[in-house]
Amino acid sequence: MKFSRWHWLAFLLIAGVLGPLAWAALTPLQFPSREEVFEIPKGTWARRMSGDKVEILPAQIRLALGVHDVLLLRNLDDVPQVFGPTIMMPGQSFRLPFEVASDYQFACTAHLSGQMTIVVEPQPLSPWARLRWRAISLWKAAT
Amino acid sequence: MKRTIILLASLLLGAPSFGAGEGATLKAGIFEPARVAPDFTLQGSDGSNLQLSRYRGKVVLLGFGFTSCAAVCPITLATLAAAHKSLGAQGSEVQVVYITVDPQRDNATRMKKYLSGFDPSFVGGTGTDAQLAAVRKDYGIAAEKVAGPDGAFTHSSFIYLIDREGRIRALMPYGHAAEDYVHDVSMLLASP
Repeated sequence: MKFSRWHWLAFLLIAGVLGPLAWAALTPLQFPSREEVFEIPKGTWARRMSGDKVEILPAQIRLALGVHDVLLLRNLDDVPQVFGPTIMMPGQSFRLPFEVASDYQFACTAHLSGQMTIVVEPQPLSPWARLRWRAISLWKAAT
Repeated sequence: MKRTIILLASLLLGAPSFGAGEGATLKAGIFEPARVAPDFTLQGSDGSNLQLSRYRGKVVLLGFGFTSCAAVCPITLATLAAAHKSLGAQGSEVQVVYITVDPQRDNATRMKKYLSGFDPSFVGGTGTDAQLAAVRKDYGIAAEKVAGPDGAFTHSSFIYLIDREGRIRALMPYGHAAEDYVHDVSMLLASP
């Protein structure tokens, strides 16, 4: 059987789609660190006082057990700040590890809803779980 | 934008994992550096003035809630009671302090009766609206009355872990098991 130019084009197109999908499904999730870091930069309070709307923590944070399961908050500003679930002094950090997959709700006055949710998913071990995790993360990063 | 680029790079390139969590020993979230827990004077459910500084030398588990709470508080207090019991003799070096966010209904007598149902050693704190609001502000506690006939509140549901020196060392989110409290309290009792 002789491949025409169209056959090759179709083959390349399919390979171009299936290749990344296979990679995303089969390659274990790895991050430089297991910590998801959020920092209040110096001067945030002053910016807020001057009327800037400064959003640092999203209303929802996604973590995955075993690969990305520690929330690290740092207050680098000069004044105490309510940050996520708690109040933090200047220069203070708060490191919260998660060991159980679940949705964690925290009362948080920094958000309009009054709540912050941390979604901790099971360790993505199966190909489908990895694919799903990467797809959702890419979508969240892009939007 | 920078965070997005880093996230995309991590996802696409599969950066090497260094493993994290080094130095993390407690099950609860850890504050670094630990700050001195703000002191307060409230009306204690034991009939005395409730001052946090009274418990220097003990590990204090400090929470906020209300006696009419149907969901969060009973589970948290039952968990703390189970942990306190599991600690055995060490339990005498631990004090649970529960401060109300509902002073209209939670007087000292009511808090004593409610908390005794979980563990007679638990101490409750109540006071005026202004006193309690000041304590909540010091500790970054959210509490808001929910519209409705039952007068419920949404409120911060975690527990602060305060060491023998009176420093806020950690914060245990709602939902942790009694074993996690036992683990962390044992570590705090053993630490200098």
